[in-house]
Amino acid sequence: MANEFVKAKTKEVRKSTIQKAVIIALAYVGVIALVSSGVLGYQYSSVLISVAVNIIAAVSLNLVTGFLGELSLGHAGFMAIGAYTGALITLHLNLPAPVEIFLGLAGAGIMAAIFGLIIGIPVLRLHGDYLAIVTLAFGQIIASILNYVKSITGGAAGLNNIEEYTTSDHYLLVLTLVVLSVLIMSNIINSRYGRAITAVRDNYIAAEATGICIRNYKIFAFVVGAFFAGIAGFIFAHNVGVIKPSKFDFNMSINILVFVVLGGMGSIKGSIIAAVVLTVLPEALRGLSDYRMLMYAVILIVVMLFNNSKLRKRLVEESGLKKLFTKKKGEA
Amino acid sequence: MSSFVEQFLNGLIPGSIYALIALGYTMVYGIAKMINFAHGDIIMVGAYILLIGLNASGVPTWLAIVLAIAGCGILGVVIEKVAYKPLRNAPSLAVLITAIGMSYFLQNLFLVIFSSKGKSVPRFIHVKDFKIGDITVSGNMIVTLIVTIIIMILLTVFINKTKLGSALRAVSEDKGAASLMGINSDLMISMTFAIGSALAGVAGILWVSMYDKAYPTLGAIPGIKAFVAAVIGGIGSVPGAMIGGIALGLVESFTKAYISGELVDAFVFGLLIIVLIFKPTGILGRKRIEKV
Repeated sequence: MANEFVKAKTKEVRKSTIQKAVIIALAYVGVIALVSSGVLGYQYSSVLISVAVNIIAAVSLNLVTGFLGELSLGHAGFMAIGAYTGALITLHLNLPAPVEIFLGLAGAGIMAAIFGLIIGIPVLRLHGDYLAIVTLAFGQIIASILNYVKSITGGAAGLNNIEEYTTSDHYLLVLTLVVLSVLIMSNIINSRYGRAITAVRDNYIAAEATGICIRNYKIFAFVVGAFFAGIAGFIFAHNVGVIKPSKFDFNMSINILVFVVLGGMGSIKGSIIAAVVLTVLPEALRGLSDYRMLMYAVILIVVMLFNNSKLRKRLVEESGLKKLFTKKKGEA
Repeated sequence: MSSFVEQFLNGLIPGSIYALIALGYTMVYGIAKMINFAHGDIIMVGAYILLIGLNASGVPTWLAIVLAIAGCGILGVVIEKVAYKPLRNAPSLAVLITAIGMSYFLQNLFLVIFSSKGKSVPRFIHVKDFKIGDITVSGNMIVTLIVTIIIMILLTVFINKTKLGSALRAVSEDKGAASLMGINSDLMISMTFAIGSALAGVAGILWVSMYDKAYPTLGAIPGIKAFVAAVIGGIGSVPGAMIGGIALGLVESFTKAYISGELVDAFVFGLLIIVLIFKPTGILGRKRIEKV
């Protein structure tokens, strides 16, 4: 029995590995084809980088909100830390570009992760609504401090002339970063740690009873989420070249949250798709930019209402029945 | 010494407005067990309704004020019916996200209608400034303080002494049991939203009387601050909201005066985190133990 389970699991894993490899290969081929053929033009190739930033940010937030089940409203704060740390490293060091990029990325991720650890401390005692507030407060504190420490961060004016390491000219580097980040996160989620994290989400009392140390796994999820938010912040900073505390505001956190919610909490694929669609669409519908946030708001409300409605329950039940039917046929 | 008193007053005024807004948060949380993120934006709606009323010819000031307060109350009830009621049995994360969506909806709706530029609100409170020694107290400040104190007394009496108030408390304590006693819990929830939102309307009016400008994101910052105040005081507790609001106003004012204007947010939210770490349900909050 157990042996069969292991066999089935290995088969599943092998299948998903092949799937991943195919998707990654397609992503590379697709992006290279799009950029080198010149179909995109200047405007859309710069959107590519925004898409990349949003994918990493959305997947890392999904780790905390979707898989751990704790709403984080300060994700932009982690991105800000990554962006500033990375930018300060590349601005002050005079090393060859690859070394600077590597150090910058590492610094951005690690610094953000340290802050994830700090924010993880209140997590020891809080969850749910209260934790959401603390993450919100954290985002505000970061912006406030970045404004205050003028000698380092340039205050409200921010940092200028950041070297453009991750603009659309370097799309392959950015794509590789996206692929690596998503791959690492999805592997974490499919690992023992990931299963423990989702167990905490589904029922933390039961999880605790089965010997999962809730505290450690919560902090772990926060730290990993923060690390990759920092990476996203690094790419953001080295794409736009100018960063200000006001860019990493509550709106940015909400934007990322919309990607996660719309894509489906607890679905990495969903986050990626939502991040791509919701970044490209506003660009395509430039004329409607005033209505974009209004639409986001409506989307958030409607998705939440639909997810918890009787209509959805019925649809799921019906499709569930269908699945049962097809399976039975296959066996016969 | 006089500067200290001045700073105290400077903190007391926004503090009492925060307290008014925090009351709405706390009442709603007490009864519906949800954080109404859109509460802050109701302040903004109140400010705009007042502005329209004041600019319309033939509408007396008192009517504009009444309309703004009533409009907010109705808006609160509508929001509850449309967005929160269908989610009453949903996980709290879903409700919280819906509330954030609602807040964004209101902000951006008004952004589309009125554009992001602030509209100045004409002066509508005409009370003379007041002098004690070398400290000037503006008429607005006096009105704000008096209004807040009256509302807090009325609300405390309403919740503790009237029949409706005890029904309200019963529903917040145990909705099921209250329903069995013949209390219409849906009605009570609607009433709470109406009262809380009307208070937000009052807060909006007082806010624009102080800072005389209405813009679509006006409610966001006072909303979040008031929310912090409600949490510091212990969400669900009415006296806690008052204490939290005023404490927050004072911290803000003293930080601005004696430390740094840019660090105000860091201190305010830092205070929140510290309170939550040491007393996770706030100063006057009750502890809830979760069971399987």
